[in-house]
Amino acid sequence: MSPDLDPCDGALERIYNYLDGELTLDIRESIRHHLDDCPPCDKVFQFETELKQLIARGCQEEAPESLRLRIAQALNLDPPPLL
Amino acid sequence: MADQERFAQLAMEYMPALYTAALRMTRNPSDAEDLVQETYLKAYRGFGGFDEGTNLKAWLYRILTNTFINPYRAKKRRPEQSDLDDVEDLYLYRRLGGLEAVAAGRSAEDEVLEHFTDAEVKDAIEALPEGFRLAVLLADVEGFSYKEIAGILDIPIGTVMSRLHRGRRALQKALFEFGLERGLVDVKPGGSPE
Repeated sequence: MSPDLDPCDGALERIYNYLDGELTLDIRESIRHHLDDCPPCDKVFQFETELKQLIARGCQEEAPESLRLRIAQALNLDPPPLL
Repeated sequence: MADQERFAQLAMEYMPALYTAALRMTRNPSDAEDLVQETYLKAYRGFGGFDEGTNLKAWLYRILTNTFINPYRAKKRRPEQSDLDDVEDLYLYRRLGGLEAVAAGRSAEDEVLEHFTDAEVKDAIEALPEGFRLAVLLADVEGFSYKEIAGILDIPIGTVMSRLHRGRRALQKALFEFGLERGLVDVKPGGSPE
């Protein structure tokens, strides 16, 4: 067995750390470099990037204006603690 | 020393984001509103102890999460699923035939993603067991770092990573199943691409 991880396995193993921005610059660069040379891995990374964006977009909600008012009112009613 | 009067001014900008998270946590608009209001009241009372210059958004999420975990968990507790580990890595991509399709010069997986509705994404998130749901929400929807998530949920970073990993696989499986139900996907469960 080779002491070095196969570059594709190495990239795919870190895919979420990469997408989450949790890698050092060096490792990011080496993955970026691999993706430039490896269309199948690049495709997986693109897919997972789009999926992450889909999840973020799909979960957005409009907060009701009434809630903003309710909170503002509740905060005013609550006396500030003595300093 | 934090100025009490600055609280609303600084903290209210995060209200829509907190509401979004609260709705995914409680799965119910009325409970979500109560949860966010309670979070702001607690944060307001505790604001004197908040160290300005540290991360206000993460601090608010920590209060939100702690407030949620106590009463709402008692009320709506669902058993934690133990079958999350049965789901393989890159589940959705593999099931959509991604690896083989690229090799064959035919790849339509990205197009499938475009067809999922917001409601399906929300349902898939809400179906996750609580600990996994919170980790995925905080990372993918709110964009917190692993370290921030560890602070918010009061768990080690390794646990954050493992919950994210397992939560994402389960989420992908749920989305795949929605795709099958709606005929977006022509792959049978457990089978290979046609």
